[in-house]
Formats: sequence, structure tokens, C-alpha cells
Amino acid sequence: MKNKMYEWTLHEARQALRDGQVTSVALTEAIFERIEAVEPKIDAFITLLKEEALESARAADAAFARGEDLGDLHGVPIAIKDNMCTTGIPTTCASKMLENFRPPYDGTVVAKLKAAGAVIVGKTNLDEFAMGSSTENSAFKVTRNPWNTDYVPGGSSGGSAASVSAGAAYASLGSDTGGSIRQPASLCGLVGLKPTYGLVSRYGLVAFASSLDQIGPFTKDVEDCAIMMNAIAGYDVKDGTSIQQEKPDYKAALIDDVKGLRIGLPKEFFGEGIAQEVKDAVHAAAKIYETLGATVEEVSIPNAGYALPIYYIIASSECSSNLARFDGVRYGFRAPEFEDFNDLFAKTRTQGFGEEVKRRIMLGTYALSSGYYDAYYNKAMKVRTLLKQDFDRAFESVDVLLTPTSPTVAFKIGEKTDNPLEMYMSDICTVPINIAGVPAMSLPCGFSEGLPIGMQLIGKHFDEKTILRAAYAYEQHTGYAQQRPSL
Amino acid sequence: MSEMKFKTLVGLEIHAELATASKMFCGCTTTYGGDVNTHCCPICLGLPGTLPVVNKRAIEFAIQTGLAFNAKIAKKSKMDRKNYFYPDLVKAFQISQYDMPLCEHGHVDIETASGKKRIGIERIHIEEDTGKSLHAEDGSSLLDYNRCGVPLIEIVTLPDMSSAEEAGAFLELLKSTLEYIEVSDCKMEQGSLRCDVNVNVVSEDGTVKSNIAEIKNLNSFKAAMKAIEFETKRHIELLERGENTLKETRRWDDAKNETFHMRTKEFVQDYRYFPEPDIVDFEIDADWIERLELELPELPEARKHRFISAYGIPEYDAGVLTSTRQMADYFETLVNSVGDGKLASNWIMTELMRRLKDEGLELGALRFTVEQFAELIAMVKDGTLNQNAAKKVFRRLFEEGGEPKAIVEAEGLVQTSDTGLIKDTVDSVLSANPQSVEDYKNGKDRAFGFLVGQVMKASKGKANPQVVNELLAEALKNL
Amino acid sequence: MAITIKDVEHVAKLARLEFEENEILAFTEKLDAIVGYVEMLNAVDVENVDPTYHVLPVKNRFREDEIQASLERDAVLTNAPDRRGGCFRVPRVVE
Ligand SMILES: [Mg+2]
Ligand SMILES: [Zn+2]
Repeated sequence: MKNKMYEWTLHEARQALRDGQVTSVALTEAIFERIEAVEPKIDAFITLLKEEALESARAADAAFARGEDLGDLHGVPIAIKDNMCTTGIPTTCASKMLENFRPPYDGTVVAKLKAAGAVIVGKTNLDEFAMGSSTENSAFKVTRNPWNTDYVPGGSSGGSAASVSAGAAYASLGSDTGGSIRQPASLCGLVGLKPTYGLVSRYGLVAFASSLDQIGPFTKDVEDCAIMMNAIAGYDVKDGTSIQQEKPDYKAALIDDVKGLRIGLPKEFFGEGIAQEVKDAVHAAAKIYETLGATVEEVSIPNAGYALPIYYIIASSECSSNLARFDGVRYGFRAPEFEDFNDLFAKTRTQGFGEEVKRRIMLGTYALSSGYYDAYYNKAMKVRTLLKQDFDRAFESVDVLLTPTSPTVAFKIGEKTDNPLEMYMSDICTVPINIAGVPAMSLPCGFSEGLPIGMQLIGKHFDEKTILRAAYAYEQHTGYAQQRPSL
Repeated sequence: MSEMKFKTLVGLEIHAELATASKMFCGCTTTYGGDVNTHCCPICLGLPGTLPVVNKRAIEFAIQTGLAFNAKIAKKSKMDRKNYFYPDLVKAFQISQYDMPLCEHGHVDIETASGKKRIGIERIHIEEDTGKSLHAEDGSSLLDYNRCGVPLIEIVTLPDMSSAEEAGAFLELLKSTLEYIEVSDCKMEQGSLRCDVNVNVVSEDGTVKSNIAEIKNLNSFKAAMKAIEFETKRHIELLERGENTLKETRRWDDAKNETFHMRTKEFVQDYRYFPEPDIVDFEIDADWIERLELELPELPEARKHRFISAYGIPEYDAGVLTSTRQMADYFETLVNSVGDGKLASNWIMTELMRRLKDEGLELGALRFTVEQFAELIAMVKDGTLNQNAAKKVFRRLFEEGGEPKAIVEAEGLVQTSDTGLIKDTVDSVLSANPQSVEDYKNGKDRAFGFLVGQVMKASKGKANPQVVNELLAEALKNL
Repeated sequence: MAITIKDVEHVAKLARLEFEENEILAFTEKLDAIVGYVEMLNAVDVENVDPTYHVLPVKNRFREDEIQASLERDAVLTNAPDRRGGCFRVPRVVE
């Protein structure tokens, strides 16, 4: 076991609590000490909740003293992306629009974490309304990559990724619309899972693109990922797209055995635009799987090349509608001067939203507007069908797909901010997954010039267990999960 | 041009709030009134992060409405977003239905002066209501979201009505049907039933027609009818002058009895409809429809025909009695106690409805029970009361309430059929009115009536008129 | 199809956004590049392909018609930028 508490994994920390080796208060204090040390360098948090966290920690210690045990998160410090509603606590979406918004309710995942006795340490930074791939689009701060603070942590859940990577939380929640968990997990050397659409409730997640959004965890290793999934997955009456099914025990999927597992390498994910060192690392991982008894074969997702345009149309269209409610009437920012109510709307929205958000609202409004709906939105939804069928077909012959997560390792802060299209390419391997609604995980599989490389394991709908098993086996035979940045 | 004859085309768009207990997508109550902004939760306020979950009852009510209007129920349906900015619309989109409404291609037959007429129903879809803005004295508006998210059905007719009367008849039938099947309480004064009118005129040869005007702010059926009349005239006048109407939305001014321009429709609003991603599709199978059909009560038309055949009442009366479910239920309860359809019908049609109308009262506000009413009618039937006395009792019942028997006693109204007593009165009346007796003998029938009246008067109205008639005739014959 | 400044102005109006004269050209160019990129989809044949609005084959997710507690009015208004008399306040709404 590592000597510094903040370096522990979630399950190590929990074990230490169970063993009485440490109290939740001590653990929480250690985490806040770490936060105070690294936050000036990485800017991962928008809101810190030290008082509240210590109170939860004391409650956990009292419960332990009574012999109670609420499960694997009880007493463990966790961070939450600041686009999930928390009662009475600012939920800003990293936007000027919601700078002072304090929701009168908890989102379902937040309620679940609270019920599981987790200690919530703070709300993490993100690209405004989760739109971006670098966390540079935050209205408040630019989060930095703990492996090298000149580089981006990825996005949009960059704060959630950086916090766990830097030891400022044992795990965190992010949201993933086109790669916003997996890409920053990849860039920060973490395990990040985007669950099957409908597996984790979206109630309380401020919507970006409703048909693509999913909440998922960032953790230091695969076992922690299973623990987090056990806490957040499951049917929710409040989310009309959440799926009613028996809840699996994801920890039971942590089997170090991939004999006979059929792994597919979709060739379209290894083409132009993917850095050679990334391709090499993923191919090396495929070799490791073969030595462990899995079979690896090349497969094809013929329409993968259309994923980005499909994504940008669907996501922008849905966000143009989802973000229309920010009008300065009921909550959030209101422009100080206006003439009538239409002017109030326009001035509030113009002053309250950042540039990337406006760009997407504009694209989405255009794509849905009279005369263009069939050419854009409906067309994208039809090509979506084809892409989904590609995945269905691929999964007829293999159990999981293995691809790069991000086409490159982390890029420098400011490098892509002026070119939205280039920034969008960061998600080229991750967006097809949201479009098909299947689950996918990013996990570390190498380094290039001191920056982590991530690989992506993609499963069938609701087959998170196979992903976890494949990831766990890989992790057991490689050392990447033990690496920590030196900050 | 001036010889040209025009016919009017009227289509209606009706919004009815559904009588569910909770709102369309959340658990807030739909109860009318309450302090402003107290029937609201994160969901119906459209707070960031919230999601809608569809109230099953609202879907069922919409399907039942479709069944009642002979519509085709969609096997597959979905919700869509209608995007527009307005302060009363919390999400800046209304969750509605665009291209796959729950019900389509319905119809209903209305009675017109020239017989039955079929009115086509284009579609019935479901959507959510918006909040309300109240005007403050300082010129600002105040928003109350208590109604926001209450389920609505929107019913769109074909332009099949050709006069204000036909539109009125349709609206009455629509209202009574919705009340019958208990999907809406249809209270226009509370805004739970709202109606917009589309009207234009076309020359009989079809060569000249005016542009369709949409009329809003119609707060009663009467207003709708007056607006149609006003518009018909306005359209014809313009066409006759060689001009045309605008494609526009107009507003009814109830005080001035006229419509005025609100906005043109030259630039159609771009609502950017798209399928609601937060709500999965509906699949409505035959079993579900059948179950909902079984739940439906007898509809006004069927009930009317049953009243005619079962209770032997005239078609007109049956129509009036079935115009609302409440009235029809009242009538049937009364018949069950009284056992005489005609008698029950007569009492309701004449006495009860007249008084209700005069006082502007609803059935629910009566001071006496239907059982008490039945008791009164029973006393007429068994001869305890004559018609006049019964009317007196009814008046007291209506105005003050009370037990019919006690009123009869207190007022000394019990009818007497005691032949001895009546015979004495007849004899004294005959001796007191020799002239009338003489007239009667000379063939003046009117004198008989006069004498009956005198006997009734002498008996203070208590004598059974039939017995009086018999005894008087007998006495005159014997003179 | 190229996005023009006029398109941008029209769409901005629909979206209730405003752009300064000097930003609008740059914005038009960026949007045009994105629209140009997504038009890659024109090449795909989607004849007889149904759109996928929902990625999972779930239908008929309903809730029962049951009343649940509403928020206290203070909680309803807690984030209101301007309120009065228990209501949210805005400039006059005219029909
Ligand atoms: Mg409507
Ligand atoms: Zn509500």
C-alpha cells in the first residue's frame, strides 16, 4: 500500500476504513490537505464543500462506531461534476448563466451517493454546459492536466478527471455526451466508464444532448469503477428513458480471465488522424490479450466516419432546445438592462452564454429550423440507425471492441481553442459509442512523453460486465493503473 | 359581385384541460386555484436537470376522447417538442405532439335546423398547459406557474361548420361529451376549456374566397358564435368591395362585440418541432384500447335514444335531459324513485330547469335532494297534492329547502278527494252562481271552467281537480 | 450550401442571441465550416432507413396519476432574479 493516503485507490481507502486503520474524518482531512496543495496548480474544482464533507465524514465515523456499513462508498471522499444538481449547493455548469443557481433538489445520482454514505468534497470544473473537449470553455477557470500542467486534462469532465488523477478525490462522477468521461480519463490516466444509455439515471444532470448524455465514474482502477457502478446504476422512475432490469453486481465481473473472449479491432478507429504512439499502445494491448487467451480479430464499423457529423447535428439540435430555458426569468443570470421581455431573453442569453455554447445553439437552431429539419436532424437520425446496425453486426462475431480513446495524448492549453473543428476531432473515437448507446470504458494503456495514453473497450448494450472483466484482466497484467502523476 | 352568395367555413381548435389528479409530467396537483406558485415542483418549473415522465391517465383520457369521437387511435405515437420563447413557458418548449397524434380522423353528428350534420375531427393530441401572467399596476407582469404542466388535449376539427349555430351546436356536444366521459370538467371560466375559431367565407361557385382568420380569446360559446357572425359579415363585406382579409390572428373583444387584429400570419412561427428525446414512444395495442372503451360510459346520443324508448319521453325532452351528464344522471335517479318517466321529465323540464336558469344555478347547488324532489312528485302521483299545490311546495323547496311532507302540512296543502266534502262545496258554488249555471245550460262551455275554478277556490286549492270535475259534471247534469 | 450573414441573423433571432456587427462575420465563417463539415452526411443513402430517436427499444414508460408534494413557494422562488407577490417578475407580457 502507498504511504500517502491520497494515493490510495477507493477500495484501498474503504478497506482502511473497515479495518479501523483510519477514520473518515482523517481521510477527508487528508484529501482536503491534498486539494489545498494541488488546486492552485490544476484548478479542478468550482465549489469546495469542506464543512459539509467533514460533517458527512463525522456521520460516517459515528455510523461505523455503531457497527453500520452502508457499503463500499461509506465514508469515502468523492467529487461530482458541476452539472449535477445538488440541493442548496451551487450547480453552475461552469457558466455565467448559472453562477448563482442553487437547485432545490438533488439529482438521482447525488441522492444515491448520499444514501451510500459517500463524502462529497466538491463540484468539479467542466467545459461550459459540458460542451468541449479540454475544459478550457469554463466561464470560471481552466483546469490543468496533473501529469503536465501545461496540458489540458481533456473535457468536458476535465475537473472530475484531474481531481481523481491528482488524488483530490478517490473517485468522481462525470457526464459523457460524446466522450466527456472517456477522453479526459484517457488524457489523465484514469479508468472512465460511459455506461449504456439508460443504465444510470439522468435525473438531475443538466441536459446537454438528452439522447446521448450518460453519467459515469472516474476512478484510479477497474475495481473502483465497479464499486461506483454498483452505487449509481439502476432504474429510476424519474427518468423516463432509464431501463427497468435486474441490477447486476459489477464487482462480480472482476475476473482475471479472458480465455476465449473475442476482441474486435474495428479498422476505422485506427485510421488517419490517430497518432502512431496511440495506435501502437492499443495494438500492444491487443497482443497482451492474445497472450492471456483472448482472440483478436479485425472488424468493421463502416459508418464510423459519419459519427462526428451525426453527433454534431444531434447534440447541437438537442442542446439548442435544452438550453432555451435559460431566459433570465426563473433562475440564473439576468441581463441588467433590457427593454421588453424579448429583449430580456436575448440580452440575458447573449451575455450569459460563452462562445462555444452559442455556436452549438446556433448550429442546432439552424439544423432544426423550417426547411432544414429533414436535411440535417432527421438525416442524422437515419444515419444513426446505420451506425447502430454496424455495432450490432460487429457484436455478432466479437464480445468487445478495442480502440483508442483519444486520437492523441493531451494537447497543450490554448492549442485548439481557435479551431472548433479541430477540437471536435478529439472525440472521433468516442462519439460513435454515444450514438449507438453502447457502453465503453477508457483505461490507461501506456505513456507518451510522460502523458498517459488510453484505450477504449466497447461492449454490447448493458454488457458492462464484459468490459469490466476485460479491463480488470488487462489491469492485472500491466502496471499502468499504479502510475500517479508527480505534482 | 354584389349578387354573389357566400358560404361560411368554420373550423375549431379546442384545448381542454384533462381531469387527472396530477400534472402531465410530475406529481403536482392539478387543482384549480391555490396561492400563486404553490402547485409547482422542479419538473413543472422546468428546472435544469429535470425530466418529464408521462402521466398514464392523461394518455388514457386522450384515447377515450378519441373513442368518443369515433377517431382512429394511433398504434404508435410519440411526443414532440414545440420550441418557442415566452415567459409563461418554463422550458421554452412545450411538450406536444406533431406528426403522430394519439387520435385522428374522428367525427361527430350535430343536430342542425336542417337535420343531422357530420363534423369531422382532424386530430386529437396531448400536450402540456403553460403558466399564467398577471398584470401588475406598475406595468410589469407576474408569472404564476400553478397551471404549468397541466395535461391538455387539443381537438382540431375540419372546417365543416357553416354557421355560428352549427359551431355552437358542435361546442355544446363536445362539452357534454367530454363531461360525460369525465376527461375534463370543461369550465370555461377557469380556462379548462378554451376554443379558437378559424373562419373564412367562400363564394358558392368556389371562385372567390377570403383568407382564414384565427380568432382567439373566446371566453364562452356565445362569444365564439358572435365572433363567427362578426367575421362572416366582415369577410363578405371585404370580398364584395373587391378586397380580401389578411391571413391573421384576431382577438375577440367581449365588451365591444367585435374582433380586432392581433398579428398577421404571413410569417409563420418556426417552432422547430422534433421528437422529445426524454420520452420514449407509445405503443397502443388493441387490448388497451378495448379496456378503455369498456370504461367509457354511455354517450349523450345513445343515452338520449334510450331515454326516448325506456321512459317514453319526447325526443326534444330527451335531448335536453341528456345535454349534460349531471342532468341525465339526475333525471335517471329521479325516475328510479318516481317510477314515471314522463312525470319526472315534465317536472325537470318545466319547474326545475326554469328556476335553475332564472337563478343562474347549477344542479349541484340545489337546496334539496333528488329524493326530496321524488317525494314531492310521488305526492302528485298518488293524488295527495294537486298541480298547483305541488308547485307551491316546489317553490318553497327551491328557495328554502326542507322536507316536502312538512311543507305540505305547514301550508295545509294536502289535496282532498273526499267526495262528500267536495260535493258540499260543489252544491254551494252552484247555488251561489246561478248565472253561470244558466250559461252552461245554454251551451257555454267556458262556464264549466269558471265553476271548477270557484270550487277549487272555495276548497283553498285542496280539492282533487279530477274529483271536482266529475262531481260538478254530475251535479249539473242532475240540475 | 454556404451559410450567409443573413442566415446567421435569422437563426440568432430564433435562438434569442445577439451578435455584434464585428463578431458576426467571424461567427458566420466558423458556423459555415461546421455546416460544411456535417454536410458530409449528404453522401449517405438513407432510403428506407428509419430514424433512431431512441437508441433502446423501450416503449410506454409511464407514471401513475398520483399526487406528490409540490415545493414550498420559497423554494420555487429561491433562484428568481426578480420576484414580487409570490410571482416571478418580468417586463410586461403583451398578447
Ligand atoms: Mg396546442
Ligand atoms: Zn410539478
